[in-house]
Amino acid sequence: MQADEDTLEKVVFETEVEIKNADGLHMRPAMQFVDVANQFECDITVSNNENSVDGKSIMQMSMLAATCGTRLKIKAEGADAQQAIDALSELVEKKHFDEPTPGDPKKR
Amino acid sequence: MEIKKGVAVSPGITIAKSLIIDSEDYRIPRRTIKPTQRMIEIQRVRNAFKTAADELAQLKAEQKTIEQRKIKDIFAVHLSFLRDKNLRRKITDLIHSELVTAEYAVSTTLREIASIFTKVKDAYISERAADIYDIERRLLKQLLGGKREDVERLTEEVAVVARNLSPTQTAGFDKKFVKGLATDAGGRTSHTAIVARSLGIPAVVALEDLTETISVGDIVIIDGNRGIVVVNPDDETMRQYEEYSHEFTELEHRLDAIKEEPAVTRDGVRITLLANIEFPDEAEVVLQKGGEGIGLYRTEFLFLNRPSDPTEEDHYQAYAETVRVFKHRPVIIRTVDLGADKYTQSKRFVREPNPFLGLRSIRFCLQNLTMFKTQLRAILRASVLGEVKIMFPLITHLQELMQTKMILRDVMEDLDEESIAYNRDIKIGVMIETPSAALTAFTIARDVDFFSIGTNDLVQYTLAVDRGNELVSTLYSSVDPAVLRLIRTVIQDAHKAQIELSVCGEMASEPEYIMLLLGMGVRTISLTPPMIPEIKQIIRSVTIEDCNNVARVVLGMNSERQISSYLRDAARKILPEAF
Repeated sequence: MQADEDTLEKVVFETEVEIKNADGLHMRPAMQFVDVANQFECDITVSNNENSVDGKSIMQMSMLAATCGTRLKIKAEGADAQQAIDALSELVEKKHFDEPTPGDPKKR
Repeated sequence: MEIKKGVAVSPGITIAKSLIIDSEDYRIPRRTIKPTQRMIEIQRVRNAFKTAADELAQLKAEQKTIEQRKIKDIFAVHLSFLRDKNLRRKITDLIHSELVTAEYAVSTTLREIASIFTKVKDAYISERAADIYDIERRLLKQLLGGKREDVERLTEEVAVVARNLSPTQTAGFDKKFVKGLATDAGGRTSHTAIVARSLGIPAVVALEDLTETISVGDIVIIDGNRGIVVVNPDDETMRQYEEYSHEFTELEHRLDAIKEEPAVTRDGVRITLLANIEFPDEAEVVLQKGGEGIGLYRTEFLFLNRPSDPTEEDHYQAYAETVRVFKHRPVIIRTVDLGADKYTQSKRFVREPNPFLGLRSIRFCLQNLTMFKTQLRAILRASVLGEVKIMFPLITHLQELMQTKMILRDVMEDLDEESIAYNRDIKIGVMIETPSAALTAFTIARDVDFFSIGTNDLVQYTLAVDRGNELVSTLYSSVDPAVLRLIRTVIQDAHKAQIELSVCGEMASEPEYIMLLLGMGVRTISLTPPMIPEIKQIIRSVTIEDCNNVARVVLGMNSERQISSYLRDAARKILPEAF
């Protein structure tokens, strides 16, 4: 009997989020995302349909060029994966990077 | 090995390791490094990221008010990029795998990222390419700034290679170790030329894309006599140049001895050797080299390296200074020859699709009368100080000459009214440098006092070859049969009209063409000052009879190649040590 290495001590969490702020994942939101991601130990991968990038790299995140309405898959691997996923989902879907959404009555 | 042809602006030969100075204002060329240099370049990238990040953190901290929040955000984003390990790794990986310089790796990586943004349809995101360019500049500034400091703390002899050199860059040069200069841009009047001459080191400018061909640590030969730069010379070239450099030094010593001797052929025919100059400060060099006057005083320098057009006084001072040095020996001042190659970088001129066939030289002057008249006034005022002559460039037909002369008369009348002294009988000449002028030299000759054949443009326009274009530059030759036929026509027409004639193009500085020119009837030659002693030596070694024979044979030949090799052989026979 051999231990399956993939399952050994490896915590993996995944979720899917939608970009809700009107201007999309431009520079400042990308920076916020990366800043939050970098607070965690786990590896974070973000993917759209085409690409999969390092969620801790602003270069790679900004190159996803995710516009409003884009759905992104966030995958975290490591001890604090759960917390990372929670914090990032909140930033994207609840706080929407402290920016207005299209339906927002406030000025854009 | 790569051979580049440019414009020689300061004489001598240097063989040294190159030190390349790039500028963050221009695209950084791809340049390779030796494998042993990898770690140095990678460390440079790390340092640049670190220093740039520190600088940005400082800037960010300074943005305190609410209005500055946006700026603060921008700096925060840039800082985030500078702290992105992924980005840094992408750059250092490139250095590792492709063996390129830190500057190139930074520039090319960030530009690639920027180009991805530019392609995104969403305007808000695509505009972010500007941020990436900003980060690129910030990093390059660090990398290049460090390089500039390097030039100030040299430990070995180097040849500085740059796109262009500014006064700030050259001011800090360690003069003990900078042994030569080579630049992509610049003309005879560029800052590089001035610095090189004042340091007494060889320099070649207008090499077009030298900085793109050269790699870090490449050995270069800077031949400031012929305007050639050789990158990574092969053993044979290296040997030749070491020999040439040695000979050149020896020859210079030996030639110093004939400085006081006249330029006379062995059978007693006197040849006048004048000099082509760019700046007033070259006048002394001309005297040192044994020049008998100025056959071509280019005046474009007055318009370069300055924010506004020169005043009449600026012109006058420059001319007066030179004329005083030569007293009663001739100083031929050529009116401004701007446009095409020389001034195109300036924003003042609308880009022309075909500048060499466009608004340049005398055409430009005739459309900018205020500027032109200012120069003419200054030349006329200087004419009382010595033997000043005035020469108009690029005349293509008689009418253009008449119009130009009419303007000169207007200026004379103005001076008369103001009772300002000038030489009423000032000699007026034209450069014959277009096929149309050469073919109508007979008519033009009636209205001028002298001709000066400008071979550089004459060859270009006759053969339809841009010698700066390496794809066709081999077709460029001063001894093409077509060119020689035009030159012969001009010489004959000048003799018939009994007016003075000189040759002032680069052809006149080429040792192997001298016999031919003398044989064709040329008795006055104007050339680059450093070449005067060598050319004089040749003249003193030949007889006019020899020269006449050479000319007779050459004018009977039909191919450029045949002519070239015949002339080389003939020169070798006369003066073996010079070739």
